[in-house]
Amino acid sequence: MIAEFGQICLILALLIAIAQSVLPMIGASQRDVRLMAFGDRAAYVQFALIATSFIALTAIFIASDFSVKLAAINSHTDKPLMYKITGVWGNHEGSMLLWVLMLSLFGGLVPIFGKSLPLTLKSRAIAVQGMLGVGFLLFILFTSNPFLRLNPVPINGQGLNPLLQDPGLAFHPPFLYLGYVGFSMSFSFAVAALIEGRVDAVWARWLRPWVLLAWSFLTIGITLGSFWAYYELGWGGWWMWDPVENVSFLPWLAGTALLHSILVLGKRHIMASWTVLLAISAFSLSLVGTFVVRSGVLVSVHSFAVDPERGVFILILLVIATGGALGLYALRAHKLRGGPTFSAVSKEGGLVLNNLLLVAATATVFLGTFYPLFIDAMSGDKISVGAPYFNLTFAPIMLVLIGFMGVAPLIEWRSGKLASLKRPLTISALIMAIVILLGVIFGKAGLGSIGFALAAYLAYGTLVAFGRKLKLGQVSFGDSLTLLRAQPSAVYGFLLAHLGIAVFTAAVTAMTVWAQEDQQALRVGESLEVAGYEFTLRSIAPGQRENYEFFGGDIDVTKNGREIVTLQTEQRFYPTREMVTTEAGFRMGPVVTLLASVGEGDAERGYAVRAVSHPFVIWIWIGALMMALAGFISLLDSRLRVARPKQAAAKAPSQAEA
Amino acid sequence: MKFTLKGFLPLIIFLALGAALALGLTKDPRLMPSQMIDKPFPEFALTDLYEPDSILTNADMTGQVTLVNVFGSWCVSCNVEHPKLMQLARSGSVDIWGIDWRDEREKGKNWLAARGNPYTRIIFDPDSVLSIDLGVTGAPESFIIDQQGQIRYKHVGIITDDIWDDILWPVIATLEAEG
Amino acid sequence: MKRFVLHVLFGFGLLLQFSTAYAQSQNRSLSEQEIETRARDVGRSLRCVVCQNQSIDESDAPLAGDMRQIVRTQIRAGKSNEDVLDFMQNRYGDYVLLKPPVQRNTYVLWFAPFVILFVFVMWYALVLRRKPQAPVVEPLSNDEREHFNNLTSETSTDKAL
Repeated sequence: MIAEFGQICLILALLIAIAQSVLPMIGASQRDVRLMAFGDRAAYVQFALIATSFIALTAIFIASDFSVKLAAINSHTDKPLMYKITGVWGNHEGSMLLWVLMLSLFGGLVPIFGKSLPLTLKSRAIAVQGMLGVGFLLFILFTSNPFLRLNPVPINGQGLNPLLQDPGLAFHPPFLYLGYVGFSMSFSFAVAALIEGRVDAVWARWLRPWVLLAWSFLTIGITLGSFWAYYELGWGGWWMWDPVENVSFLPWLAGTALLHSILVLGKRHIMASWTVLLAISAFSLSLVGTFVVRSGVLVSVHSFAVDPERGVFILILLVIATGGALGLYALRAHKLRGGPTFSAVSKEGGLVLNNLLLVAATATVFLGTFYPLFIDAMSGDKISVGAPYFNLTFAPIMLVLIGFMGVAPLIEWRSGKLASLKRPLTISALIMAIVILLGVIFGKAGLGSIGFALAAYLAYGTLVAFGRKLKLGQVSFGDSLTLLRAQPSAVYGFLLAHLGIAVFTAAVTAMTVWAQEDQQALRVGESLEVAGYEFTLRSIAPGQRENYEFFGGDIDVTKNGREIVTLQTEQRFYPTREMVTTEAGFRMGPVVTLLASVGEGDAERGYAVRAVSHPFVIWIWIGALMMALAGFISLLDSRLRVARPKQAAAKAPSQAEA
Repeated sequence: MKFTLKGFLPLIIFLALGAALALGLTKDPRLMPSQMIDKPFPEFALTDLYEPDSILTNADMTGQVTLVNVFGSWCVSCNVEHPKLMQLARSGSVDIWGIDWRDEREKGKNWLAARGNPYTRIIFDPDSVLSIDLGVTGAPESFIIDQQGQIRYKHVGIITDDIWDDILWPVIATLEAEG
Repeated sequence: MKRFVLHVLFGFGLLLQFSTAYAQSQNRSLSEQEIETRARDVGRSLRCVVCQNQSIDESDAPLAGDMRQIVRTQIRAGKSNEDVLDFMQNRYGDYVLLKPPVQRNTYVLWFAPFVILFVFVMWYALVLRRKPQAPVVEPLSNDEREHFNNLTSETSTDKAL
């Protein structure tokens, strides 16, 4: 019964979504307040219905109701409660339900937080959000229904993919979706603004927190994915330029450009075109991501149940949504134009350059990811594009970007004077020289030093920019402290985010030049040496647990005779799924992370042991989390709140709130 | 209304991308065409599965049209394919050689003892030396070799009745007619 | 300002030259070590054909292990890294190379990023060279003028949401 109830809720939600797409839009063009107000209510009801449906599905999983096909395939009575719940979204259908849940959640938040918005803009945005809901609800009901029944009912489920029974991976989708779907707000509002024919500072100021929210969640989601891959896949890779990783990165890059664009638009009423296009792109790239992951067009470690038929549906959705939005842009672009009101060397100029570089980076990652598909489609040739390609093309663009990030915040608005940069640049050059010298002394010159030097330069430039806000050195220290307390939180956001990138860059550089690993066949008692650490295979024993067999190895790690840690590693074989996974033993530390894993072999010839020493790797994720935290901190900025004229509230409560 | 070409640029670019993605849906990214077609069968010197002291080389290949089948005792799909190979062996339609890939000798022999042996000869390739030379990526895979020892066709996956009738047999028949 | 920047860049260039030369003079590697390092390099450039998107160096798949073995055998036999990569490419096609070869069907892939970067930087430098203009201001529409009058006629407070 619950399953049917859940399905009915979805059907009702679809009907409401259709109404939500049409009526407020008509209301806006007719200036009919009641029709516009209907949009608010529709958004609330749609969320309530989808939430109910989601709760129904969760209940089915918790109760282990295997008459529902989805639960039968993806769950098991022996699963711990937490994984039963997270299993709801650990599959295609359930994750799509999570997607629309968030879509309707954000839609429902618009009326709550958007009371100060012009009514027509708000209603149109709600209508567009409704249209997106219609698209996805149709997709779910027609191709990905989570509530399908199974007859005969199996006694037990087929168990969740063992790789998903893991906290990191269980929470990675919700954060990721909050990001992807969060960008639907920017999309809806961009389209609404285009319909209105006005993209202005008020619009930008209202939208900015939503962009920050989506971006911060997406950052966390990607970081979780990277961290999970690192310890789960067993060999310490934190980013593999896998197609599915790349498609989550694309909206992030566009979102970062959007973030900065909307900052400028909110202050200076320029870059409207950029902002609108980026807002549309960020969400479109999220849709492209969904398309790639679920259609099987690209080969990846990350395979969901792939189905070209679903791919077609999502592609059609993508073409209608993005095509429609861009078509609207084409018709309205002339209204957004304005000549450059700033010179090339200015903060605005710097931000335009920032956008250009981020778009170039996005295009590069997009090209590398989809090129095999394009070539296959055109000529049938099969080529593959792996990490080496991205290291040669994406990395340089990023390095140039970081180069500008160090100084751009120091340039004034409108028309900057390069002379004001002379001192910070000189000191930066000195710092970089010192870092490179240190690199030479410690024996790691060349590309490694450049990375560290750039990170140091970025950190320095960021601190100088922050210091200037406090007028450090120009006024008394006490006055600077006062200024420190008075800084709006967005400034702290800037400080933390850019420092986060510096930390990230330094950590990535450290990993690139100092990571060491070795693989050898070891018999019990033998050892191998990596980076001064000795990894000794102390014991190997087979074993069995509920749904897998394994053989586990204990590896002692010592340095100069001093015991460091004993790493326990297993190679697991899941008979029902014919899957082999390697659980690496690892010890994370602020300075170095040690990993070991045991593979094939026998007592005679030895077992394949892989030992890894990764210095400073956790700082990669710490840097990324700093950025996410910065985004959340910036949300607290009181300046982002849009004023609501008092008289409008007094005059029209009977009309607007009807 | 004033339109600018610049305004339409994003839309045009997007539609082109969409078309490419649509085309991509029609392709299977996992399919890998063989590089070895029309190239001579790689030179090898490996032991016979049943006679560890006897080394098989290209010279031992018969000079007839041959079907070379890559299998292993560990390979689940090979179980499904095996009856078909037995049927082909009995009917004498084509000479079948086997490559026991990444296996242990005893396990390979036992596997065949339990199911029957359709192969004229079996090359024991535990370290993938010949298999990598052939560009093998999994089992079962089958190659059609002509009378001159050239690889003329590669089939990835199980040989079913349909695949034999519609694809493999026509190739073999043509080669035999030419030869 | 320009000269200053040029001087700084030149200084860096010199510094890098010296430091790289110094580092190279420190290189004296053992033969076994070199084989292993080269095998790693090659291994990282070859795609594991039975896995989803991993290099043979990273993959635990048995075939990947065999390929790693063959790589080492070949290097020991005196083949260059290029030779080994060619060997694999001849058997598995372009697909096995993680770094796509620069050939006719990959020109766009390799050159597009730099072309895009170049075009963007040029656009920035040339189009935005103009002096700051006064912003283009459209006159208010009737609705907007009415709204403006409403806002300014009574006190509006700057209240948070």
